[in-house]
Amino acid sequence: MSIEAHLRHRFGAFALDVSFRIEERGITALFGPSGSGKTTTINALSGLFRPCEGRIVIDERVVLDTERGIFVPARERRIGYVFQDTRLFPHMSVRDNLYFGWRRTGRSDAVSFGDILALLGLESLLSRKPARLSGGERNRVALGRALLANPTLLLLDEPLASLDARRREEIIPYLERLRDQARIPMFYVTHSVEELSRLADQVVVLKSGRVTSQESVFDLLSSLEFSSLTGVAAYGATIPVCVLEQRGEDGLTLLGFDGGELVVPRIERRVGAPLRVRIRAEDIMLARERPAAISANNVLDATATGIRSDGGVYADVQLACGGIRLIARITRASLVRLNIAAGMPLFAIVKSVTLESPGAGSDDPLL
Amino acid sequence: MLTAAESQALFLSIEVSLTGVFCALPAALACALLLARRRFRGRAIAEGILSLPLVLPPVVVGYLLLITFGSHEPLGGWLLHHLGLRLAFNWKGAALAAGLITFPFQFRAIRLSLEAIDAGLLEAAETLGARAFDRFCNVILPLALPGIIAGAITAFSAALGEFGAIITFVSNIPGETQTLPLAIYGALQQPGGEVEAARLAGLSILLALAGIMLAQLAERRARAFVLG
Repeated sequence: MSIEAHLRHRFGAFALDVSFRIEERGITALFGPSGSGKTTTINALSGLFRPCEGRIVIDERVVLDTERGIFVPARERRIGYVFQDTRLFPHMSVRDNLYFGWRRTGRSDAVSFGDILALLGLESLLSRKPARLSGGERNRVALGRALLANPTLLLLDEPLASLDARRREEIIPYLERLRDQARIPMFYVTHSVEELSRLADQVVVLKSGRVTSQESVFDLLSSLEFSSLTGVAAYGATIPVCVLEQRGEDGLTLLGFDGGELVVPRIERRVGAPLRVRIRAEDIMLARERPAAISANNVLDATATGIRSDGGVYADVQLACGGIRLIARITRASLVRLNIAAGMPLFAIVKSVTLESPGAGSDDPLL
Repeated sequence: MLTAAESQALFLSIEVSLTGVFCALPAALACALLLARRRFRGRAIAEGILSLPLVLPPVVVGYLLLITFGSHEPLGGWLLHHLGLRLAFNWKGAALAAGLITFPFQFRAIRLSLEAIDAGLLEAAETLGARAFDRFCNVILPLALPGIIAGAITAFSAALGEFGAIITFVSNIPGETQTLPLAIYGALQQPGGEVEAARLAGLSILLALAGIMLAQLAERRARAFVLG
């Protein structure tokens, strides 16, 4: 799978000039503040928006090339689109909404109607009209409708933005299952760090209509520049781990990551299950020497790889810990007192680890 | 209850109005689609012309019909000789006049309901593989249905009361072109016809009231049926 896009367009004072190439499967997040061109970019991918200059190649199929006068209309692109406002057909039952794309392009061996219904928990909703669905249910139906059209690529435009925190928590597990089990690559528009951390594999960061970076979500979240994108809240690293061992004697679970281990309160997942955990910047303490007699379970060997301070009370220290990177937020006074500099070996005391995929269901492939 | 002459006028009114409104509906839908969905030069003028019957004196509409479809006029003569369709001094002419006068009611109601349809739904349909005609049949038309029904019933109620255009174009011939309002006018022209006129007027009022209530009910029902 590869997706290549080069887009240029002007709307009055706003200029879009976006270029990226995605080789990996999984979820590519388009991340950036409102008005940075995220939705315009996926509208161009879908064919709903035709930029004045551009080229889009999806799996060697050229769907847009303004120089050669190629424009494949949206209805022929086979790109699923989950709109922010769901856009379910209000006059049709859930069943007819789901069948809409299925009847036109979906029928194939690759998607099974029953599997998608089961994956998204839609069986009990079929005869209802959209007006009688909750916000979260509408989102699931919209997701199912797009998937049943058997798309080669799925676009999601802030599918959770209109939901409250509880409803979001209800949908995210479905998206995680989709990411882990479906073979469809996805573009996911969001400005939420939480959604990035839980769902994204790679991230294209947009700012004022331009791509400012494209990297894996783990690299992005643990970069020193990231706090300037999102503000101080929600700053920290997300790391991919897998369950190594369930320790019966003390009720703890041992997680392994590239170059180290973490001990956390029991997580009910089978050994070998891949997970994501988040370690917030303020939950890491730093020490020059290995601390003895300490209550924290996790003390990691680390090397400082960068320091960022905006002159305020706090400073951020980026750490390399085996193959992963972490961010620690300490006071500038501590930075000076410990005399921390890039390249210095340190001990990272992890006070708390948050599991990033609590709701995820079985690991058996459904799709 | 009703005399033979009264029920003749009543049923002729209904026949004339139904025919006129029914024939005008496809044209109203086509014009509404054009004006609601497309941007073109002369759009404002087109819109004005289509709403003209609403503000024009009906007698002017009748006069225009007379000089266009009269049996001795080119178009009227052609219709009579080649299709055997006589409009002047005929109930079909009355239906044409009624349909034309009430055309703006249908056109405007349909246009409003088309404009109320979220364009995003059509985009969604497109990403799901629906072509233009498919989108029209399966998204636009069902969502516009309550408006179409309400427009048609309102137009029908208004057509029942059409007077000026009908009497000018097809005259006042009992049993052929004498609808209820024309019958009232006829009764008033005769000495001692006041009672007859009052009875017919009462009938007109009942009919109009029923029409308006039916329009509201039908629109509500259609909306509930469509949106569930």
